[in-house]
Amino acid sequence: MTAADPSPGLTPGFAAPVPAAQSCFRALLEAMSRPGLIQTLTALPEAPAPLAPAAAAAILTLADADTPVWTDAGPAAEAWLRFHAGCPLVADPAAASFLLATASPPDLALPDAGTEEEPHRSATLVLQVAALEAGAGWTLSGPGIETTHRLHAAGLPAGFAAAWAANAARFPRGVDLVLCAGDSLAALPRTTRLEETR
Amino acid sequence: MTALGYNFGYLDENTKRMIRRAILKAVAIPGHQVPFGAREMPLPYGWGTGGIAVTASIIGTADTLKVIDQGADDTTNAVSIRRFFAKVTGVATTERTGEASIIQTRHRIPETPLRQGQILVYQVPMPEPLFRLEPRLAETRRMHALADYGLMHVKLYEDIARHGHVAISYGYPVLVGGRYLMSPSPIPAFDNPKMDRMPALQLFGAGREKRIYAVPPYTSVRSLDFEDHPFVPVRADAACALCQSRESYLDEVVVDDQGGRMFVCSDTDYCGTRQSHREAAE
Repeated sequence: MTAADPSPGLTPGFAAPVPAAQSCFRALLEAMSRPGLIQTLTALPEAPAPLAPAAAAAILTLADADTPVWTDAGPAAEAWLRFHAGCPLVADPAAASFLLATASPPDLALPDAGTEEEPHRSATLVLQVAALEAGAGWTLSGPGIETTHRLHAAGLPAGFAAAWAANAARFPRGVDLVLCAGDSLAALPRTTRLEETR
Repeated sequence: MTALGYNFGYLDENTKRMIRRAILKAVAIPGHQVPFGAREMPLPYGWGTGGIAVTASIIGTADTLKVIDQGADDTTNAVSIRRFFAKVTGVATTERTGEASIIQTRHRIPETPLRQGQILVYQVPMPEPLFRLEPRLAETRRMHALADYGLMHVKLYEDIARHGHVAISYGYPVLVGGRYLMSPSPIPAFDNPKMDRMPALQLFGAGREKRIYAVPPYTSVRSLDFEDHPFVPVRADAACALCQSRESYLDEVVVDDQGGRMFVCSDTDYCGTRQSHREAAE
């Protein structure tokens, strides 16, 4: 690193951007079409704390100059996103195409949920959770699920299930969710119904 | 080895990202048409540019690609598209349905049942199922928003009143996930039941009309019908002249100018596999 480097301490993005973005997208596509199944990413960027590698990879794969991003991850992560994804960062969650939440998730009613005619203009939430575990926790059903899937996401606030039910109730409007922990992720599209099992 | 001077998969990374975002939203809202920017391709609209854009955005080096045109692997469109991807990605290609991870198709679903993990990419000429009934796109968008599909039911009813049955042999409209009316692309109505709760992911790309839509695995796809006139898939009442199959969808081939004709499987891989099994058994 030279003294002229404008962003000292900036860590690299994907080592090989084309194949890495492709493999990460296929993991996201598989996650979105098989809700609740945990996908492990193989090509990961060196993201600064507090970004989880999987969450950083998801944003790097999908966000660019056309997609405003809202994040609570702090200045190091913002500089990293600005440089590697080239995405505009916005302070208003309702103005963002992608929301990258590392601490407590924003209220699901805040982001853009699209319109009845254009529900695809809704935001996607990338939420970092403490851990993802298959075969425990919620029982999921809906499109993409043969019978049921089980997923436990540790560290989500109480009342999340109720907020998710409210999100599903406004179908076709609604936001979609990508849950990330470490190098793995799972997705909940708006069509997925979620039951808490004890 | 891929062609020099092109990005992997021909499209640039910005375009792929835009298409990938559209695909993810399409999967999240089964049957809803998501607009996308259809880029110029080295072949004209109407030759499968929508399907090619989708395939180019999802394909990776680990994939094996199969391309079919009306069920056949060896027709011009299928051969050209398969060669195109071999050239711009270097991925392995196959004619075997079971060996492919991505199958791009024009107007057929393979006879061999698809499995979990496979992706079926349809080339779609007209994504809007209501366009013959309502030419204004602004109006059809509103009808989709309100799930107001009465017009289509009236069309089916009028068919029954006039002909005694629903006179749609291909592109038979379906209801996806109990919510969105969707065009299955011009596949024969015979193939419609295969879409229901299919274990493979189904993606649809319409290049000229600039729309992408999707059906996730294990999603209900119901062909529109009435209780007293249930949907019936139609098939020529014959056996394939080459493999004797009575289950597959058949093409009628005129063989001379005396009115002679024969029926053969439209799915060349299915037919070829059955023929080689019969030869092996003899």
